Amino acid sequence: MASTTHQAWLTVNNVRLEVLGRGQGRPIVWLHGEDGLDPSAPFLEMLAAHGQVLAPSHPGFGHSPDASSVDTVDDLAYLYLDLLAEGNLRDAVLIGSSLGGWIAAEMAVRSTERLRGLVLVAPLGIKIGDRESRDIPDIFALPPAEVLRLQYRDPERAAFDPSKLSDDQLTVIARNREATALYAWEPYFHNPKLRQRLHRIKVPTLLLWGVDDRFVSAANYGAAYRDSIPGARLETIDRAGHFPHLEQPEALVEKVQAFLGDRRG
Amino acid sequence: MRAWFFSENAYHLLPDKSEYDSIRVKLPNRYYDPKIGADLYHRFIDEWQIAEDLGLEIMVNEHHQTATNLNPSAAVVMGALARDTRKARLLILGNPIANRREPVRVAEEMAMVDVYSRGRLECGFVRGVPYEISAGNHRPTRMQERFWEAHDLIVKAWTSHDGPFNWEGKYFHHRQVNIWPRPYQEPHPPIWITALSPSNAGDVGERGYVVACFLTGFEGTQAVFGAYRARRAELKLSTPPLDRFAYAALVYVGETDEEGYAGAKKLMWYLESNKVPPQFTSPPGYHPTASTVNTMKGAVPGIFKMFQNPALGPLMENGLVFAGNPDSVYRQIMKMYDHVGGFGHLLIMGQAGFLDHDETVKGMQMFVREVYPRLKELR
Repeated sequence: MASTTHQAWLTVNNVRLEVLGRGQGRPIVWLHGEDGLDPSAPFLEMLAAHGQVLAPSHPGFGHSPDASSVDTVDDLAYLYLDLLAEGNLRDAVLIGSSLGGWIAAEMAVRSTERLRGLVLVAPLGIKIGDRESRDIPDIFALPPAEVLRLQYRDPERAAFDPSKLSDDQLTVIARNREATALYAWEPYFHNPKLRQRLHRIKVPTLLLWGVDDRFVSAANYGAAYRDSIPGARLETIDRAGHFPHLEQPEALVEKVQAFLGDRRG
Repeated sequence: MRAWFFSENAYHLLPDKSEYDSIRVKLPNRYYDPKIGADLYHRFIDEWQIAEDLGLEIMVNEHHQTATNLNPSAAVVMGALARDTRKARLLILGNPIANRREPVRVAEEMAMVDVYSRGRLECGFVRGVPYEISAGNHRPTRMQERFWEAHDLIVKAWTSHDGPFNWEGKYFHHRQVNIWPRPYQEPHPPIWITALSPSNAGDVGERGYVVACFLTGFEGTQAVFGAYRARRAELKLSTPPLDRFAYAALVYVGETDEEGYAGAKKLMWYLESNKVPPQFTSPPGYHPTASTVNTMKGAVPGIFKMFQNPALGPLMENGLVFAGNPDSVYRQIMKMYDHVGGFGHLLIMGQAGFLDHDETVKGMQMFVREVYPRLKELR
């Protein structure tokens, strides 16, 4: 079956979104993280073999315009719940990575009505340590190379030569960083109330974590997330850092596929 | 033209630059000796008093978590100066109101200094340099919007005299605003705002405030002042007088060019010591996206090249430093003046680093005696 790919624009509550659509079948909503959405990333094509992938760029990311009404993860959670409702999507699988995992968790504590399952890939969003513990390294105060070392198993793969990129590509990279600061500056990459609300998530939930995630670890942060969501499973992906969809796309999609298979029965 | 003496109250007795990676935000304060610091505070306050005695006006600013500036609260040092001086105008340039949690507190402090000084305060508002973002923990995005909301709240607090008003804005909430004291000056102290880019300058021009440029050189300053004038012309507002424009430069006047250059080289400590890594110079959202893209491509705007590798020649050629004998300095100032359509305030960065007390005072005296009389005629 030939998969169909399209880049489309959706307007949800007057907020204009760039949305990548790929494949057919059950809805799979992908919420990207701080890295933004690279339409050429292989994992998107692989996911599209299992359903209709819908991947919006959050306002301010990619080519999605800034929206003056949207400046918190709370706003993003409602925006995407509205997107599900307006598209009348049912039995959707919601997947979010890092910042996108935080958004997905915020959506799920509000409503799982349209969800069949939730996959959180190294999600951020909760506070686990005491007030002097930095659960999540401060990407805004670290040298850029150190941020890459923490987030990628192989930092080299994330390095880029600006002279080989177009102005449009560089603009997207700059906008992704700006939008990350907009949503995650303070409280830093978390909502102090989220952890106490995670018990409300009643759909099957899978947490996926790169074994070599030096940014937030499976053993610490991932376990705290798992323990807060009833029945959630935590599985790890070898040879991957904080963004396993980029470093191990096949393994990530296999895990998602197995999770979808489980749910079918 | 009016001249203002300005010192950053730096703590310059630092270890070798190779021992730290940033003078801003994260330099441990174990390098600061409070006993030496106390002497320095008193010395700098003495120098501001001498500036007043010589007939100069006074300017202070504030920065946070940095050895380059030991005034984390401009209001505190200006409180001392309000008492220790009698006639100079007192300019705070400025309050970083986009980084402040409580604009009402700023309104109170400024009203207090204004009353205390019997109406001598000139109140500046600044966005703050990028290194202030981490120091203040404030989000670098949408700062302009937050800045203007803080400004609106402060001005309303200064000018409301009939009991509490309510403020439930996008960024600030305060349901019972009713400051005591109210400002001495009517309707409120004159407002100054710094601008580095033409876009912000237009907004300042629209409101008729004093716009100040810091070390922006010929082209940058002309662009800012030009945008200010253009916005007013576009809106058919009155032509702004010279006193709406201020320019800040490193200034040292010697008896000879050589003496002037020697003083200026010591002032360049400001630029030479400003070792700051990219995560603090470019917090995401602080700079416009297009300029971030240009930076990624390796383009460094001309003016910043000079900060990277400061040398007296290029700094003087570009109008960031005015130095030499009195005639030389006068000519340099007038070259800038003519290039940017004139300005009414010269902000003199006249102390830094290893420029000692006697050298600082001599530079001021030479300026006041030999250069200032000629500048005063410009109005």
